[in-house]
Amino acid sequence: MPMAEYRLETPVSMEEIRKLNVGDVVYITGTMITARDEAHLRMLEYFERGEEIPFKIEDAVIYHCGPIIVEEGGRYRAISAGPTTSARMDPLAPKVLERVERMVIVGKGGMGEGVVRALRGKGVYLAYTGGAGALAAQAIREVKGVYWEDLGMPEAVWIFEVENFGPCIVGIDAKENSLYREVKNRVEENFKRILSQS
Amino acid sequence: MGMVSFEEVVSTVVELFRKAETELPEDVLKALKRAYNREENEVARNTLRAIIQNVEASRKLRVPMCQDTGLPIIFVEIGQELCLNFNLRDAIVEGVKRATKEVPLRPNAVHPLTRENPGTNVGMHVPVVTTEIIEGDKLKLTVMPKGAGSENVSALRMLLPSQAGDVERFVLEVVKGAGGKPCPPIVVGVGIGSTFDGAAKLAKKALLRNMTEMDEFELGLLEKVNSLGIGPGGLGGDTTALAVLVEMGHCHTASLPVAVNIQCWANRRASAILR
Repeated sequence: MPMAEYRLETPVSMEEIRKLNVGDVVYITGTMITARDEAHLRMLEYFERGEEIPFKIEDAVIYHCGPIIVEEGGRYRAISAGPTTSARMDPLAPKVLERVERMVIVGKGGMGEGVVRALRGKGVYLAYTGGAGALAAQAIREVKGVYWEDLGMPEAVWIFEVENFGPCIVGIDAKENSLYREVKNRVEENFKRILSQS
Repeated sequence: MGMVSFEEVVSTVVELFRKAETELPEDVLKALKRAYNREENEVARNTLRAIIQNVEASRKLRVPMCQDTGLPIIFVEIGQELCLNFNLRDAIVEGVKRATKEVPLRPNAVHPLTRENPGTNVGMHVPVVTTEIIEGDKLKLTVMPKGAGSENVSALRMLLPSQAGDVERFVLEVVKGAGGKPCPPIVVGVGIGSTFDGAAKLAKKALLRNMTEMDEFELGLLEKVNSLGIGPGGLGGDTTALAVLVEMGHCHTASLPVAVNIQCWANRRASAILR
């Protein structure tokens, strides 16, 4: 199947999420919210206490990112803001996904089978080029705010307004397909073949 | 007798971090471009193109190429004839604090258990400083900001002396387990021999070498690593690693330590010599 290209605006509807297949290319315009390990843990604490978290994750895109932010004339600016390793959020993301109707995640390196199952009928995982922090920052038009700044710059929740953030590749779709699973299986076969030859 | 000042060390550390974070070394860029020209997988080519564009944007805009500006690691080589009338570690620490504000670097150093972030990239045993005494009267400083995505998937194993044939398997296992997590195409630093800590240090020092110069053993390993097919970003392709660099040390007759230090494509490093 040929790869399709989509330009999505937040909030991304369930209908749009369902259309996406692994391998498709996506550009995002709208709101992205950064959340890494500590922000996930704090979200789960809020959920446990039955409290509302102070920002809306469903209407935005969750971005696994710890940016470099500078303050210039009382305004924040992201100067380098590429994705962080998403797999660290493997044990945490399904618990957050339980609480939402839909979700779009952007990160790098892929996520495990627990997340693949949790995304079924609910969301997608998009991969942005790891380490491309300077490039990513060029798509961030504005840093609209920050929550939980006590977690430190990398772990705080930053609210970005982005324009044509991409190219992102659909790594996991809402139908339990995972590019990472496909690659992993091939790598496992290659590993056995290499060892049998040496 | 040489004379180096406190302030000179501080400003050199700041400039070396600025350079390492914003200008990818020529040998690394060369390896990336060569990989891009050889890569046949379309998704992989797009990822490599984005990486090269990012490196160019970072150099032009003078902003860190990656938001993970790493944990500060500094290798110091001190000429035995050099005379210092100040605390060298204090000067390096001051340089890291200033670089954090001026480059700027993301404050990455946190307390290991409370996860409290002092915001300065300075803390217990951070910056990580390795000192070596050399001939002459010069002071060589090399900074290596090391990202966590790649450091987290590094590994060390104490093999048995009878398992010399398993070194290759161990390297491949570590790379396979790392998958897309460390921002491939990676650089694989391998330390063989020495002690538990010595092997790890050799693996890290290997990453400082020129990536375009590999011996037959290293090239053989590189070919096997690339045959795994993890590819750029872990999305499949011909380019899993840009280089495999091996450093060896003699070890105890009863042991065979092997350390694999994975580095992301952004093999950032910069050096200066003071006298």
